[in-house]
Amino acid sequence: MISFETIVFYLLAALSVFAAVRVITARNPVHAALFLVLAFCGMAGIWLLLEAEFLAMTLILVYVGAVMVLFLFVVMMLDIDLVQLREGFWRWFPFGVALAAVMVFEMVWVLGNNRTAETGTALVKHDADYSNVKELGRLIYTDYVFPFELAAVLLLIAIVAAIALTLRRRKDSKTQNVAQQVAVKRADRIRIVKVPAEKRGE
Amino acid sequence: MTYLSTLVPAYAEIFLLVMVCAILIVDLFVTDPNRIVTYLLVQLTLLGCALITVSTYQPGVVHLFHNTFVDDMMSDVLKLLSYLAMSMALVYSRHYLMARGLFTGEFMVLALFALLGMMVMISASHFISLYIGLELLSLSLYAMVALQRDSAVATEAAMKYFILGALASGLLLYGMSMLYGATGSLDVNAISAAISHGVENKQLLTFGLVFIVAGLAFKLGAVPFHMWVPDVYHGAPTAMTLIIGSAPKLAAFAFVMRLLVESMQPLMMHWSGMLAILAVLSMALGNISAIAQTNLKRMFAYSTIAHMGFLLLGVLSGNIDGYSSAMFYAVVYVLMSLGGFGMIMLLSRAGFEADNLDDFKGLNQRSPWLAFIMLLLMFSMAGVPPTVGFYAKFSVLQAAVNAGHIPLVVMAVLFSLIGAFYYLRIVKLMYFDAPESHVPISMQPDSSVLISFNGLAVLLLGILPGNLMAVCAVSVQQSLLLH
Repeated sequence: MISFETIVFYLLAALSVFAAVRVITARNPVHAALFLVLAFCGMAGIWLLLEAEFLAMTLILVYVGAVMVLFLFVVMMLDIDLVQLREGFWRWFPFGVALAAVMVFEMVWVLGNNRTAETGTALVKHDADYSNVKELGRLIYTDYVFPFELAAVLLLIAIVAAIALTLRRRKDSKTQNVAQQVAVKRADRIRIVKVPAEKRGE
Repeated sequence: MTYLSTLVPAYAEIFLLVMVCAILIVDLFVTDPNRIVTYLLVQLTLLGCALITVSTYQPGVVHLFHNTFVDDMMSDVLKLLSYLAMSMALVYSRHYLMARGLFTGEFMVLALFALLGMMVMISASHFISLYIGLELLSLSLYAMVALQRDSAVATEAAMKYFILGALASGLLLYGMSMLYGATGSLDVNAISAAISHGVENKQLLTFGLVFIVAGLAFKLGAVPFHMWVPDVYHGAPTAMTLIIGSAPKLAAFAFVMRLLVESMQPLMMHWSGMLAILAVLSMALGNISAIAQTNLKRMFAYSTIAHMGFLLLGVLSGNIDGYSSAMFYAVVYVLMSLGGFGMIMLLSRAGFEADNLDDFKGLNQRSPWLAFIMLLLMFSMAGVPPTVGFYAKFSVLQAAVNAGHIPLVVMAVLFSLIGAFYYLRIVKLMYFDAPESHVPISMQPDSSVLISFNGLAVLLLGILPGNLMAVCAVSVQQSLLLH
């Protein structure tokens, strides 16, 4: 008898795989980005089945809510020339297919030859009052405090790098400084220079 | 015992992080002509780190932060050498960067962040800290390559480096997650214990191993995952190339040791075969492609690929001799690479890059001393006795012979003979060709003294390699056996 959870899992898995395939086959980059959102939603559902509620919600909030929206903005703002991108696609297509075929063949060969029984332990079920967030927080601030602090440093590097790469103090910007204009004196504007006499060039 | 005193082995990392943040703030108040203040602070920080690492040395293996951090002799030695390499790289690149308007606080801060990443990688004993250390290093390096944002070549190099680096990180993470699935742990020692007790799902383990080896090969730049190396080395400003090509190789060695040797020693049968293929291909393609290059930076990039092949040859021998000779090889490679790129920067000036082979023509007539130093460096890279490069190659080959990899050794010798051609070609250009330009070389006192030391160190270590070799052997032995 197939349980309800198994049915939901297969539905979500099928949805995710379909969306993921469409991400790479969709011709319109905006559609591809939207399919990626769908794939994330499917994965979030699977995580919910695994009782990782907090992670599932973070996936939706951070990836779908923030990252993908930013992504869509970029895709829409950049004028991507699709024809230029596809140039040479058919030339390399046989090569890619051959490579993929070799990979698939190898994997099937290795996995098919010595199939083991399904391993892995069953999911430990928790009560309704079990707090996912509390457990994550406890681990992050105790066992994983070192990588956690370093992840913060990683963000600091990202800030430094982003500022270093994009901040431009434009020398040619023509903004007015009214205070300076008002406080100007004659000596600031006129400079009397004594030029020595020179022989005229040819 | 208070909590703070348990953190003693990590004092160097903590000090570095605090200093980077302080330098980041101080640099805001420093104007461009006084950027030397930041530079001196950075050098002082490196000195401070070295002092702390030496003074907090304790024998044995200490685990910290719930086994995510390990302090052993190998990590101490590699960290000290990384400080030295970073400090030398900054000395070499100061004038080069000043002439190009790149001598900024961000450059130095990112260099220190990269160093922090290397230190984390060197003393990580958990897959998560290994990965975070790698990302700290890589992210800083991507940004450093892109710092020269008006240069199309540098931006392209940064883009290639970033995309392929991200792909490699993805492969590595995928492999790590499979290992987690197979063994139920991310702790290096726990994984090793789980594998030797026997894992139910062998296929998952092997698949994970394949992905991890592929990710490592990407990061090391071993063939067939080497495509980014020549473009990045060539496109990046030479100072950044120097930083990419020096200290990170030490961290990469530690990374290989922690991932393959410490956590997957029981699977050595599997990974030594993969490494053998990578090593032979790297030595072949690296040495043969380098012959065709006219650009010195590109040539060094291919020679790096070949050197990484040699390093892998040491690792795949799978015994203490092999690991310590690989460590020795990594140290020697860093020393030679610092000298080689340092020389390019020393001969460059504002608006001119001395990175073509033709720029070295007749160097002997322009500056006999620099030509002699370059001769030493090239002899060492080619593996000509009595320079240290010979001894490094010799010890790796010896370890491989003892482990019974005779065919590999024969191929390695053949390919390094082919490689000797393009190193010795530079010697020929310097001594037997007429110079193309007679512009006097602007010798900066700090970098020219340093390059003299660098060249002479290559010679001296070649005559007396015993001490360094002993340090490598002892540190590998202590860190592998005592936990």
